[in-house]
Amino acid sequence: MNERALRIGMPILVLALVLAAWDLVVRVFAIPPFVLPSPGLVFTTLIVDRELLWHSLLVTLVTTFEGFALAVIGGVGLAILFNQSRLVEYSLYPYAVILQVTPIVAIAPLLLIYLPQPLAVLACAWIVAFFPVLANTTLGLSSVDHNLFALFELYKASRWQVLWNLKLPSALPQMLAGLRIAGGLSLIGAVVAEIAAGSAGAGSGLAYRIAESGYRLNIPRMFAALLLLSAAGIAIFFVLSAFSHLVLRRWHESAIKRER
Amino acid sequence: MSAEDSTIVSLRGVGKTFDSGTVALAGLTFDVRVGEFISLLGPSGCGKSTVLRIVAGLSAPSTGAGDWPAGHAPIGFVFQEPTLMPWTDVTGNVLLPLKLAHAEEARSHAAVTLALKRVGLADFAQAYPRELSGGMKMRTSIARALVTEPQLMLFDEPFAALDEITRFRLNNDLLKVWQELRRTVIFVTHSVFESVYLSQRIVVMTPRPGRVFADIAIQAPYPRDERFRTSADYAGYCRQVAETLGKAMGSGT
Repeated sequence: MNERALRIGMPILVLALVLAAWDLVVRVFAIPPFVLPSPGLVFTTLIVDRELLWHSLLVTLVTTFEGFALAVIGGVGLAILFNQSRLVEYSLYPYAVILQVTPIVAIAPLLLIYLPQPLAVLACAWIVAFFPVLANTTLGLSSVDHNLFALFELYKASRWQVLWNLKLPSALPQMLAGLRIAGGLSLIGAVVAEIAAGSAGAGSGLAYRIAESGYRLNIPRMFAALLLLSAAGIAIFFVLSAFSHLVLRRWHESAIKRER
Repeated sequence: MSAEDSTIVSLRGVGKTFDSGTVALAGLTFDVRVGEFISLLGPSGCGKSTVLRIVAGLSAPSTGAGDWPAGHAPIGFVFQEPTLMPWTDVTGNVLLPLKLAHAEEARSHAAVTLALKRVGLADFAQAYPRELSGGMKMRTSIARALVTEPQLMLFDEPFAALDEITRFRLNNDLLKVWQELRRTVIFVTHSVFESVYLSQRIVVMTPRPGRVFADIAIQAPYPRDERFRTSADYAGYCRQVAETLGKAMGSGT
């Protein structure tokens, strides 16, 4: 079997074994569905509740996407600003770090008090996602080849030309790495805020469904919603990886297959 | 022609002390005449590259100054490494100086095509730097310096990292371009053989702090080719320059 088939085949085999064992345990010990539903039941729930779950998935995905977009705009924008003005960087960077290191679970309830719920959820998604974009872009912008810098200086390039033709392109690999992290994190941020909003919230995202199903002991639906959440996370990761590969495929070592 | 109007730049008592306290250059004085091919020869760490950076305006001298009788000439710079932008192809890299100067597009593309032809890279216009060999990357870098047809071209040990066969070929191609365009060239190298083969004049520098130890004229006619490389004249010049370099290194502190 070749490498590629193994890479795809082995995880599927593991999944099949786990599902089989799970099913077996539920049957043999006759575990009731409100303790542990069988994989079959989870799948059935996914089908039966599809309208409800699909709607919730959309709500969460929209929040995630909005949070991500704002994080990219905010992160890249702030990184550029930091790069252009050391004064701004020194003034604001510590607060960006504080925002990042304070656990989002602790910030979420506070945000929910001051902001309407959808906005609070969005703010959470943004807060966790924006820092990796900022940090990576900042690193990328400041690791430009010194000789290339000298070359631009020699040809009397303006500040804007240096930024657009030199700094941003050479920061692209790091920036895209930041984006890949941010995609997953904005989903986490959205979920955390929805959970924190809990029963008080009027929201209907997937995390809210999980919390609600928990209160109602509707465990199969909890599992189904969880399944959708991780599927969404995987999809986000793959889309961003593919995007990064597409952008870098002609020039960056990370996107080029090594010849042997 | 008087010496006055044929000088493109003259360095007068140029000294450079880095922030670390290292004295790289002290009292360096020499003239560069228009259209001349001149080599700066010296051991590594003698401040040859610093001289180029000062001439290019990338570094300011601590003492003394460079004097430009006819105004500061446009400059092309070829670094020790190819220094290409990996995210764009050969055309994009060579186009850069014109793009930064907001040159007209049609004229720019004609200039890029010509520059690539001069360095023998016409067939690789669409290649990305990582797809090129070391020699081809350096050719791209030279094409980029040529594209604006600057009055003065500065080379900072450009072929030091290349194998001998590639280096000889690039030496020949560089001479061909120089004879065609007759621009002034200042070529930094630590190779006696390379400096004799290429230049009309060799400025031998002392190790730290760098200053001019000797100024040797190489009177062999151009075009120079493999026959010159194996001639008795060439061997004689090489011996003379090597001996001078030996004395220069002995004179350092």
